[in-house]
Amino acid sequence: MSDTPARAPGTSGGPDAPAGAPRNRVGLTRADYDGAKTTLCPGCGHNAITGGIIQAAYEAGLEPSRVAKLSGIGCSSKTPAYFLGQSHGFNAVHGRMPSIATGVHLANREMLLIGVSGDGDTASIGLGQFCHMIRRNVPVVYIVENNGVYGLTKGQFSATADIGSTMKGGKRNELTPIDLCALAIELGCGFVARSFSGDQKQLRPLLKAAFSHRGTAVIDVISPCVTFADHEGSTKSYAAVKEHDAPLHDIDFVPYFEDIHVDYAPGATREVEMPDGSRVFLKKLAEDYDPTSRERAFEAIQTARAEQKFITGLLYVDPDSRPFDEDLALVETPLAALPLERVRPARAVLERIMEQMKTGKGLTAAEGGG
Amino acid sequence: MKTIVNDFSIHVATVNGSGSQTANTVLLRAIFQMGVPVSGKNLFPSNIAGLPTWFTIRASRHGYLARRHGADILVVMNPETAASDIAATAAGSVIVLNEQIQVPPIPEDRIVYRVPMPRLMEGITTDVRLRRLVVNMLYVGVLAEKLGIAEEEIERALDAQLGKKPRALALNHAAVRAGWEYAHQHLPKRDPFRLERMNATAGKILVEGNTAGALGALFGGVTLVTWYPITPSSSLIESLIGFLEQHRRDADGRATFAVVQAEDEIAAIGMVLGGGWAGARAMTSTSGPGISLMAEFAGYGYYAEIPAVVWDVQRIGPSTGLPTRTSQGDLSFVHGLSHGDTRHPVLLPSSVADCFEFGARAFDLAERLQTPVFVLSDLDLAMNHWMSDPFPYPDRPWDRGKVLTDADLAQLPTFERYRDVDGDGIPYRTLPGLTHDSKGAYFTRGSGHDEAARYTESPEAYVRGLERLQRKLETARTLVPEPVLAEDEGAEVGLIAYGSTHWAMLEARDELRAAGVRTGYLLLRALPFTEHLERFVRKYARVYVVEQNRDGQMAGLIRLDLGDLATRVRSVRHFTGMPIDARFVTDAVLNGEGRPLPAAKAVVEGAAR
Repeated sequence: MSDTPARAPGTSGGPDAPAGAPRNRVGLTRADYDGAKTTLCPGCGHNAITGGIIQAAYEAGLEPSRVAKLSGIGCSSKTPAYFLGQSHGFNAVHGRMPSIATGVHLANREMLLIGVSGDGDTASIGLGQFCHMIRRNVPVVYIVENNGVYGLTKGQFSATADIGSTMKGGKRNELTPIDLCALAIELGCGFVARSFSGDQKQLRPLLKAAFSHRGTAVIDVISPCVTFADHEGSTKSYAAVKEHDAPLHDIDFVPYFEDIHVDYAPGATREVEMPDGSRVFLKKLAEDYDPTSRERAFEAIQTARAEQKFITGLLYVDPDSRPFDEDLALVETPLAALPLERVRPARAVLERIMEQMKTGKGLTAAEGGG
Repeated sequence: MKTIVNDFSIHVATVNGSGSQTANTVLLRAIFQMGVPVSGKNLFPSNIAGLPTWFTIRASRHGYLARRHGADILVVMNPETAASDIAATAAGSVIVLNEQIQVPPIPEDRIVYRVPMPRLMEGITTDVRLRRLVVNMLYVGVLAEKLGIAEEEIERALDAQLGKKPRALALNHAAVRAGWEYAHQHLPKRDPFRLERMNATAGKILVEGNTAGALGALFGGVTLVTWYPITPSSSLIESLIGFLEQHRRDADGRATFAVVQAEDEIAAIGMVLGGGWAGARAMTSTSGPGISLMAEFAGYGYYAEIPAVVWDVQRIGPSTGLPTRTSQGDLSFVHGLSHGDTRHPVLLPSSVADCFEFGARAFDLAERLQTPVFVLSDLDLAMNHWMSDPFPYPDRPWDRGKVLTDADLAQLPTFERYRDVDGDGIPYRTLPGLTHDSKGAYFTRGSGHDEAARYTESPEAYVRGLERLQRKLETARTLVPEPVLAEDEGAEVGLIAYGSTHWAMLEARDELRAAGVRTGYLLLRALPFTEHLERFVRKYARVYVVEQNRDGQMAGLIRLDLGDLATRVRSVRHFTGMPIDARFVTDAVLNGEGRPLPAAKAVVEGAAR
């Protein structure tokens, strides 16, 4: 079975685009952001997230050739085949997508990387790489499609399963869940959000804000597994998530290329400016939540856990976080595009080094000197 | 007493971390500067400070650079090993003894020079810590005086090492002087060994294999370097970082390279594959334990066809193993690293010149073949000092392989990532972010894909993919570095070796010739084998494959490759962790040929079969 889209070569507008379909700022229709048909179960939360990514990419006017889609292994990691068919994709090995992303980013820092992972791929086998990606602040929009269960291997608990949640056969999870958002904030991540696959109104602006972030952006999306974790007793079933979902705020995203005046009552809305000039508006719901405070974020996560609620929204943001490529002081040109004369030092350089190796003089310790 | 000129080895036994490295480098460099071929090997423990370590310096007017079994001159600086070091010496050996060290009675047929080191140090510095470091220069002075190392060469070598630290230079110089004076006044010459000026090192360089490999990568245009620290690979990356910092930053300080110290070797190779996929010249370097962790990604790189360069500086493992001992034990593991039908090109540097050449060429091969290419070095080659001709500047442009640009794509009706358009098994690729024609986009995954990179579980498509990869391997045979052939006239026995074993082979061939056995010798430089191998084996009824592992891994691969000719292959294996020496090879071949061994006692080390 094929999961690569059939698309007319070199076209914008796509084969499926109806005549006169609206076009975004780069001249593409929504259909241009489609991918192959999904092979996941009907009703899977992941499909809704795929739809959200397509819509957000269309609205943000992403250029497909500047996007790379990356994933690990699992149901979630299949999904990059189902969106942005005009972008390069890389379905890596289990839990190791962050290292692939790091390499791609360093080869070409101009690209926007969208990584899709799952709770098994991120919180178990890939926990180390997840942590180190965040620690380095590699610019990746890292989406976790979190259902608390291993779907592709048929229903084992993952490390994000809540205490007391049960398997389909009734077995109860007794182990403490890993909260990926709390972990990300602890590790210094500059963009941490949690959402629900059933809440597109919230997910889309979060995705667009993440596209504008410089550095790792983690979005943990609770995404019910209809086959192995949608029963009574599962804390990540549709019913349970809907019942316990507690949004922190209503979110609007205004991209830098749109000059829209947002009229909110003063005091009721917080505004966050992203590095590219885009703005995120957070409208107060139950109480005022400050997403620029790490302490507040930890507190909110702890409280929500005690109250068995899923808080969703932009948990923490630091638009000034310093991304990895700046840390390494890379040249403007992508390393992959540097011509030979910029990466092969001149003949005189080698001759000078050879002279040093003849006499032993002038070599640093690392070059074999004393 | 017959004088032995420019043909002996010095064994310095010290305590690790005691500062003997500068003293030994000065000795090595001074002999080199006298025009005498010399090699230095550091036989060190897995330890930062406190455990025994030995440095061997071999001067050879014949130009032999391999380890020599046994020492002619022993310098005793370590109380802990003094007794056993002395016991291991042969009659007629010289022993330079730090008088402070208590040793059992030394047989009278040894030539002992006792040096009152603590007393001599008293006049040099009152600082106890400095005394401990500088005391090593006393044996430099004693050896210089007794062996006839030119004083000005010692001074030049000292200046090269310490010229930037005037105070240290003065102290060390004073210690050399004190040793020299003491030897001159109190230790009459009783040994036969002498150094005399030659002209065999003019224009040569002295360098470690890891430094050479790093230079090769620098001039090969590396742009992404990832690593996880591990002996004996770390110094390759550390050298490379030094070179990159110096030569690859723009005027405004911006870097044309990225170096990442990864969280482990899995991440290191993952970053290399991500980088290679997106068009960087990406490499990592590790040793056996790291190679083990890279297995899954190595197979992914093979099946998804992504360029990558991986250095394996071999040591004895797994886990800690014997991390400071040399080995050629990773050959078959690396060649087939990962599950499934993987098969990787492997480059086999035998010299520092090869390390330099392959440091750059590995990228050309990886990008041409679109696959991970492994460079198999070893601790002996990587971390010891080797004499070499200077490295030639790479005049050839780089080869970036079959990469399509937007202009190329515009000419094409369709693009299929894994289609064998040219019949050489190598498909065309596009680089994400650098092509904007939408038909260039494709989805990369492991082995389950068809020619158009679509997911498929079709048996036919899988077989087609594997067979194409097989064709690619056949193409690789024509692209990898060719072996080097050397044959005596009328040679009756074939020898095959690779990697650092080469140096013992050169010397063994001379010994064999002296014993009446004329040999042909094929130095292999890569896997898969080129056509030269079969041609070579066809010529000889008996072919000895010499290597440094227990199971004769190369011999096994050769037998598999040769079919009917396999019965001609005999395996000679050395696996003590110490670098192989010529005597071992000579004895093994003489044994195999049913010839008597020469008078000197055969050294039993490793195994031959």
